[in-house]
Parts: sequence; C-alpha cells; structure tokens
Amino acid sequence: MSTFFDRLLGREKRSAKQAKDRLKLVLIHDRIDLNPGTLETLKDELIEVISRHVDIDPGAVHIKMTQDGRQQRLIAEIPINPSGRRRSRKNV
Amino acid sequence: MTNKVITITSGKGGVGKTTATANIATALAFDGARVVCIDADIGLRNLDVVLGLENRIVYDLVDVVEGRCRLRQAMIRDKRLPNLFLIPAAQTRDKTAVSPSDMVRLIDEVKTECDWVLIDSPAGIERGFRNAIAPANVVVVITNPEISAVRDADRIIGLVEAEEKGPVRLILNRLKPELVKREDMLSPDDILELLAIELIGIVPEDEKVILSTNRGIPIVLDGKSQAGQAFRNIATRLEGQNVPFLDLEDRNGFFSRISRMMRSGGN
Repeated sequence: MSTFFDRLLGREKRSAKQAKDRLKLVLIHDRIDLNPGTLETLKDELIEVISRHVDIDPGAVHIKMTQDGRQQRLIAEIPINPSGRRRSRKNV
Repeated sequence: MTNKVITITSGKGGVGKTTATANIATALAFDGARVVCIDADIGLRNLDVVLGLENRIVYDLVDVVEGRCRLRQAMIRDKRLPNLFLIPAAQTRDKTAVSPSDMVRLIDEVKTECDWVLIDSPAGIERGFRNAIAPANVVVVITNPEISAVRDADRIIGLVEAEEKGPVRLILNRLKPELVKREDMLSPDDILELLAIELIGIVPEDEKVILSTNRGIPIVLDGKSQAGQAFRNIATRLEGQNVPFLDLEDRNGFFSRISRMMRSGGN
C-alpha cells in the first residue's frame, strides 16, 4: 500500500490508472488470442527473417501492439543500419 | 409499430443483467408500448422475482418451446402495467432444453404480440448466451467499472460481432462517481476507450436498487432514484430519442447535499 508521501511525490499511480493499464494489456492478448510468450517468439522470428536480408540491430527493434477502435494492430519499428557499415563489417 | 428484439448480456455474472432487463422493460411499458420480457437463464431464473411476479408462474419458456402450452398462456401480465409481460425461464431444466433456432422461432411468434421483446441472457459464453443472442436485433452489453467485468464484456462484444449481431451498445452499471473522481475507479472514458463501442447509459450505484429488488418493484417506478432515472433514459435512447447523460457529480459531497436541501426547501 502506498503512503501519503508516495502519492504526494507521484511515486505511485492511482488505482484506476493501474486498472486501465493492466486491462489494456489483457485485452490485447485476449483479442488476438496470443499470449505474451508467443508474442516474444514472433518478435524473435521476425528479427531473424529480416536480418537475413538487411542489416539490423536486434536491440533497436521495437514491436508493439496498438488498439485502433476494436482492431488490434501490430506495429514494428525496425531501424536499418546504413549499407556502408554493413559492407565495412563484412570486410573485417 | 416497429418490432425490436433487444438482448441484454454481459459475460460476467452479477453485473446487473436482470435488473437492467426488468427496468428497461418496465420503462418502455410505462411509456405505453407493449413489452414482453423473456428470462433466457434456464435453470437459474430470476427475472420473475425482480419484477415481483414469482407467484404467478404457471408455464415457462421450455413449456412453450416443447408445445405444452400456447404462447399466451406463458405470458404473465405485470401487476402494475397491463402492457408488460414476462415469459419466465424453466427452473428445473438446463440450457440444452432450448436451441438457438427454437429461440428464433419462439421470438418470431412473440414479436407478433408486442412492440418490444427484451431478452435477459444468462452469464457465460455457452449455449444459454447463444440462445439469447440468436433472435436479437440489438445486443446490449452491460458491465461494471472493474477489470474482470470489462474484460468479459470485451470478450462478449467480440463474440457478438463475430455472429454479425453488432454494433453492440454498452451500459455501464454501478458507477461510483466519488471513486472515479478520486481516480480509484475506471471512468466511463477509460472504459469506452478500451471497448470502443457506443454507450447508451451510465447507471450510478444506488442502494435503492437493493430495496426495490427486495420488494419486487423495479426502480424506474421510483421517481426520486438516480439509478431509476438512468434506466428511464436508457429506455428513451432505445426508443430513438437523444437524452443527455446524467450529471453524476458526487451527490454525497457536502455542497451538493446543502444545495439539494435548499432546492427541496429543507426537506
């Protein structure tokens, strides 16, 4: 339980905010029938396929699920390394 | 007159399906329409007690479906409103006694008798729920401002849309404005953002609902209850009229109590 000071300092979210955040995640997984583990696997496989063709930094890949009305959308942000660096790395 | 078949469902139990059905049906009948409400919760009937009609049951829904009586014989006339009827659920059978196509056939006949048919769905997503939504023109999902109820509502909305019975309308029941204000309860905005469906009513928590259920007199007949007013507004919206949403400011706060006392002449 939070103390008065936690709340005063904004260290703890109000319970409604927590409920909303938790609900948001639960609904995403309910709607696409995909548990968090499978989503991780999907992410790994996606990275693997893409890196076969372009040079990417796996650590910079950002994959998230967003809600648009009652539709779920999988958004992947994959920064691609400049081709120059790719070549130079191959030469090493 | 347009025939409308409205099914009230929720996924989770105990969120207020039966109370909502009884009250919306009563409000529509109070406005003069001929209304038949049907308890589709076979094996766990309750709409009869909420309407105060439990002592008048002779035949039930399964009796009609299995041909043991005529439809009219199973329609129990309300004590207060002569144009309101109840078809009770069977208590000693289970949901498999009726199929979705039985329900469609039954409701087709009921529609010829009235302006509105309201179906009280059982909780869950199995046969009873399928029976309840099969004949619906409009599906109303009711939920409470808590995680489990909203999650189940979302699941139900998905199933109803998959059956092409959408768009679903939402009733948010048992809202506590003072808790929302304190940010300790999901707000109507939070819930609408997550569920992304049309809202047709917000019903505040009101202890008068308990009293009215104890007595078997729907709360919409109590002119002073805020929950009653909210249910009357839902009925009016279903009739196709626009009514502004209730101002659910904290009515137990010091200032609102004082201002209400002044308005009612210190009463």
